[in-house]
Amino acid sequence: MAPSLRSDETCASLEAGLRAGEIGALARAISWAENQHADVMLLLNAFQSQVGRAWRTGVTGPPGGGKSTLVDALVRSWHASARKPALLAVDPSSPLTGGALLGDRVRLDRSVEETDVYVRSMANRGSLGGLSRAAGMAADFCDAAGYDEIVLETVGVGQAEVDIASASDVTVVVLTPASGDGVQAMKAGLMEIGDVFIVNKADLDGADRLKHEIETMLELRASQENLPEVLTCSALQGVGMDEVVQAIERRRQTEEASGLLKTRREQRAMDRVQRLVRDDLRQRVWSEAGMADTARTLLADGRHPDCVAQDLIRQVFHALKTQGDFS
Amino acid sequence: MNGARIRVLVGKPGLDGHDRGAKVVAASLRDAGMEVVYTGLHRTPEQLVDAAEQEDVDVIGLSILSGSHMELLPQVRERLRAKGLDHILLIAGGIIPEDDAEELQAKGYAQVFGPGSSTADIVAFIQNTLNHQS
Repeated sequence: MAPSLRSDETCASLEAGLRAGEIGALARAISWAENQHADVMLLLNAFQSQVGRAWRTGVTGPPGGGKSTLVDALVRSWHASARKPALLAVDPSSPLTGGALLGDRVRLDRSVEETDVYVRSMANRGSLGGLSRAAGMAADFCDAAGYDEIVLETVGVGQAEVDIASASDVTVVVLTPASGDGVQAMKAGLMEIGDVFIVNKADLDGADRLKHEIETMLELRASQENLPEVLTCSALQGVGMDEVVQAIERRRQTEEASGLLKTRREQRAMDRVQRLVRDDLRQRVWSEAGMADTARTLLADGRHPDCVAQDLIRQVFHALKTQGDFS
Repeated sequence: MNGARIRVLVGKPGLDGHDRGAKVVAASLRDAGMEVVYTGLHRTPEQLVDAAEQEDVDVIGLSILSGSHMELLPQVRERLRAKGLDHILLIAGGIIPEDDAEELQAKGYAQVFGPGSSTADIVAFIQNTLNHQS
């Protein structure tokens, strides 16, 4: 239940508001996505044919690497070239209380706040892949409302949070000279998903060395086609930002020409289906099918936790086969 | 972690250089399970209201220490009205004399928390007013 008084709000009114590009309607639609409102699928469905016009750029990297500052510069640049940017910035929720401190607006230049750039701070609400469950839907609503440059900024990530790769057309990985040595650059995960690598804070020692190490890592890839570019910049000082924007643009053209963009967008749709099915199944099996009680009973009998898990999975599939439904 | 959460914008209108109080309040609201959008120093009433609209917050909490509260705080209220955002619960805190606090409440501020207010009271006020479990 939404806490505020918005009694006149309906799916139809939000749909009309989104079509008119109203900021208030977009903001509410994203809240519907975040709160899993009963009618959010209906609203999303209304825009099925229009979604896909916007470019989606993912920006990810370790905490404190300058993602927000870089995003601010990107958004300003796109705004200046008559694009219509929207920024979805994800920060972590507390696993203990569910609360969150969303601080990405602090980094925003005033010029962004004073223009018609849409900025939404989102808590990840327990999602562990660097984004929030609602981020993809939020991007769809921005697209529907006429924004054509959508930037998804992840929480500060470690090495394995790579959901952004399937949520964006181009993924920008932002590192700094403090990000580690050549062995870090060779590890799996984050370093595999970049379409453009940025060494930010290039005024610090070691920027050129890290750039070289990333390039060396890329040279070891089995396929040398469409290799990501590696650039250095200082987002705070505005040094090298034009080159970053140009590199993203070049990457888009490469993806379009090679057919990679189409593949990626198809894969994105598939990933979203998988993720939602997985999340919903887990929630329903756990809460509606009484699995928690069964698990507790089996554990109390002294069974090994891993074996209990296998038993539960068998039960779910058995129920599916015999009843066609397990609710 | 499903369902609605209370979303709060914590903002500093005007030219204050200090935001320790705002940060303490923001952290307390976070620890009470709310999603807090902190906008940083030196924001104008226009920026704060525009941000509140984009972020779809339920509450705006403004911290002001500079003495210009009677100038800036009513402007926030007016701009919210003009944008049809009357449903947002508006509260303020900081160095605000009692007479001024009364006047602000008459002008649409739900509560004014002066020096010495406890963070628990602020949390409770928001939760009770929104009648919301978080």
